[in-house]
Amino acid sequence: MREESDVTTEQLDQPVSGKRADAIFKGVAYACGIIILLALAAVTVFLLYRAWPIIAGDRQAKVETIESFTGGRAHNFLQFVGPLVFGTVLVAGLALLIAFFVAIGIALFITHYAPKSLASALNYIVDLLAAIPSVVYGLWGGIVLVPAIEPFWAFLAKYLGWIPIFAGPVANPARTVGTTAVVLAVMILPIITSMSRDIFAQTPRLYEEAALALGATKWEMVRLAVLPFGKSGVVSASMLGLGRALGETMAVLMILSPGLKYSVKLLQASQNQTIAANIAAQYPEANSQGVSALIGTGLVLFLITFLVNYLARRITRKQVAK
Amino acid sequence: MGQRIDIEHLNIFYGDFKAVEDVNLNIQSNQVTAFIGPSGCGKSTVLRTLDRMHEIIPGAHITGKVLLEGRDLYGKRVDPVAVRRDVGMVFQRANPFPTMSIRENVLAGVRLNNRKISKSDADDLVEWALRGANLWNEVKDRLNKPGVGLSGGQQQRLCIARAVAVHPQVLLMDEPCSALDPISTLAVEDLINELKHDYTIVIVTHNMQQAARIADYTAFFNLKAVGKPGHLEYFADTTTMFNNPQNEEAERYISGRFG
Amino acid sequence: MSDRRDQRLPGQSQELAVGGVADADKAMPDQARRQAVATAGGGQPNRVQPSGTDDAAPVIDFDKFKPTRSFIAARKRKDLLMRVLVFLAFLMALIPLISVLWTTLAAGIKRLNWNFLTYNMSGVIGGLQTPSGGYGGIEHAIIGTLEVTLGAMVISVPIGLMCAVYLVEYAHGGRLARAISLLVDVMSGIPSIVAGLFAFSMFSIVFGPGTINGFEGSVALSLLMIPTVVKSSEEMLRIVPGDLREAAYALGVTKQRTITKIVLRTALPGIVSGVILAIARVIGETAPLLMTAGFISSTNLNLFSGQMTTLPVYVYQEYSKLTVTCPADGGAGCVSSIPMERAWAAALTLIILVLVLNLIGRLVARVFSVKTER
Repeated sequence: MREESDVTTEQLDQPVSGKRADAIFKGVAYACGIIILLALAAVTVFLLYRAWPIIAGDRQAKVETIESFTGGRAHNFLQFVGPLVFGTVLVAGLALLIAFFVAIGIALFITHYAPKSLASALNYIVDLLAAIPSVVYGLWGGIVLVPAIEPFWAFLAKYLGWIPIFAGPVANPARTVGTTAVVLAVMILPIITSMSRDIFAQTPRLYEEAALALGATKWEMVRLAVLPFGKSGVVSASMLGLGRALGETMAVLMILSPGLKYSVKLLQASQNQTIAANIAAQYPEANSQGVSALIGTGLVLFLITFLVNYLARRITRKQVAK
Repeated sequence: MGQRIDIEHLNIFYGDFKAVEDVNLNIQSNQVTAFIGPSGCGKSTVLRTLDRMHEIIPGAHITGKVLLEGRDLYGKRVDPVAVRRDVGMVFQRANPFPTMSIRENVLAGVRLNNRKISKSDADDLVEWALRGANLWNEVKDRLNKPGVGLSGGQQQRLCIARAVAVHPQVLLMDEPCSALDPISTLAVEDLINELKHDYTIVIVTHNMQQAARIADYTAFFNLKAVGKPGHLEYFADTTTMFNNPQNEEAERYISGRFG
Repeated sequence: MSDRRDQRLPGQSQELAVGGVADADKAMPDQARRQAVATAGGGQPNRVQPSGTDDAAPVIDFDKFKPTRSFIAARKRKDLLMRVLVFLAFLMALIPLISVLWTTLAAGIKRLNWNFLTYNMSGVIGGLQTPSGGYGGIEHAIIGTLEVTLGAMVISVPIGLMCAVYLVEYAHGGRLARAISLLVDVMSGIPSIVAGLFAFSMFSIVFGPGTINGFEGSVALSLLMIPTVVKSSEEMLRIVPGDLREAAYALGVTKQRTITKIVLRTALPGIVSGVILAIARVIGETAPLLMTAGFISSTNLNLFSGQMTTLPVYVYQEYSKLTVTCPADGGAGCVSSIPMERAWAAALTLIILVLVLNLIGRLVARVFSVKTER
């Protein structure tokens, strides 16, 4: 017995096998955490570096580039990026407007109205919608929806045309902001739905039962218990959806007939263009200075989406912290 | 064979908070020592310092000494991982590895420490450990079935087999029976009685009858008030502790007047 | 009801009046009734002292709080209306989904055959038939998509997984960890075109301007994939019970082995499922590949050199061609709408690929999930 414990005495002080692997593993994990920070920094730095010629480069070359992009309409970067930002925000905001109520409705349907079996089928449908690649939505929007939705726009213009945003003449084919926004709405629908659904499903049963016990109808229960509980989650989900719509390229590229105006005529063609679609459209023919200009607009888009996403996450995080 | 543990002036901290104050205790080899006391008195915390498991919580640290057969467990060059190979632990809730079979669970300690082991050695070790845990006859026909498929009591004995398979000198048990039914509890208590021939056993229990049944020595921990550090109030052999305690607080606790 | 109350409270003429009004005007509109009550109650309708005792609780006429029938009916109508609206929302989600799936299937099935899957686009002239009897195909695009996505996977799975390990096992919610997980969230919102611009900029700076190859596309995609992998792996690691870690530590197992052999092993099905879903997500990305991996008509097997067509880019390119002109004397096999038909067939292939990956991901999670109880 004495001998055995002597042996262990030495072992206690000896380096444990696997000690080095332990340290290496920890180092690798730490490094991978840091890589996340570096990657985001790298995105900013590389974009800024490549966009630098358009920010601080030769004045004459800058003007020429911008003018060739815009057909002489804009003369400096701000004039160039302004309408693009406007178009991006307009299309994305409109998409959010359309998707928001539908998404909330579906989320409520799944969590509080549908029978169990139907709810799980619905969950699957929402996931399916999210899984379909954007290029397929673009294809569908460009070939199926554009002709299909034209009569509806014509109807709107005829009876609501006195409202500026619905002013005619309606473009045919309807490659307009309105149609694009509808497709984007379908694309961001699953994002908003799935997040809202998760939040609504977490409503404490106690609140719901308290409302029902007071004799509230189902809708009153939803309004009293579910919606207030999920408010910040829904806001955050909407902002994530907005972020996605702001950055969507293919659907816009394949549907929208572009223009560079500060215009809100949703049913007319060649009014607006988004940053992302503009990059994809002009990139193949751009020279080096032109690429700089496009990357500059990309940087602006990056900053906008970064801000939107950051705000969205801040809202959810606060909610969790409570 | 079991080894003795000597605790000298042990203070335990979580960050700035002092959880346990000035514990001095000698735990005899090949005996069962029970820790009892009200909730929050630090008995589990003290137990976890004996194999340095408390260090898993960030900011946890101690002052004082814990000596295993005279060797300082908190010596400068001592690795906690090495300590845990000499001091085994069984937890409140049975926690067999869900991805492993019964057999793999028993061998986990050896295999995870990267020691190569031949099949026949492994077979022998599995049988030895399971027999030691009074589980062999119940599971010998289904060694390759998942460990989580066993009943609660069997799972707990599987965890004991897993702990003894790495051949420690000391076995620490943190309320090993609190999640078990009475029959399973009895089986584990019988097992503890047999195990003390080979190991020093320290057991934390909420159940005073259990302490009286199985322990040779009993340590009573207490705390002055909520938020104050816990301390060792009274230490005695079990007979004295339960029949003629020389400490007022301990007597009150044992006779059920508080805690 | 009101009769009994009248008897119990003699001398309360106000109460009588209220009761009378309520009885007579049950059918009155809600608004009017409330006004009537207010006037009849003389300003203090709620608190009525019973005669005799001074300090007893106020007696309340609960009839006054009762909703009218018309009010209840209005509530019910509103409830019904909301039910209908919620159901309509659900139908509205179904319409585009069914339309997208149906048109892709109907339009894509026509050209989706073995010939289409096994030939590339080299030697395809206009709408004319190729010597093999087909009209060109997507062999090169399938290979490109698989290679580029595999490249993205090789980059993002180790980084994403180890980052999740750092967050869950090592960081203990410190300031750096909070910053990282916030940035991971923000990163998951990076527009795909920005990821493309990033990879393009990086390669043009590091390897010289004009560099285009498949691996560049992999880098772009991995920027989009890493956050998804981190999030799903993190979630999976967090649901591994702490008990198991403690059990391993107590056996004298080092932290690294505990993580790799117990924690990661237990979370493995969930992690694999998360990775597959992340792949399904980036495999349909188009915009970043347009500017990084490029487009050619022949098959390129080398990920690190030369342009490489991927499926989504192929769909877009064919869509952009719209139609091809057939020579006047035609040749029997010339099909002028062939680009659009190829676009639909490639889109169908892409959707099938994505849905199969989704299905596998879900099945892995369900079938192999480790039961940890609790």
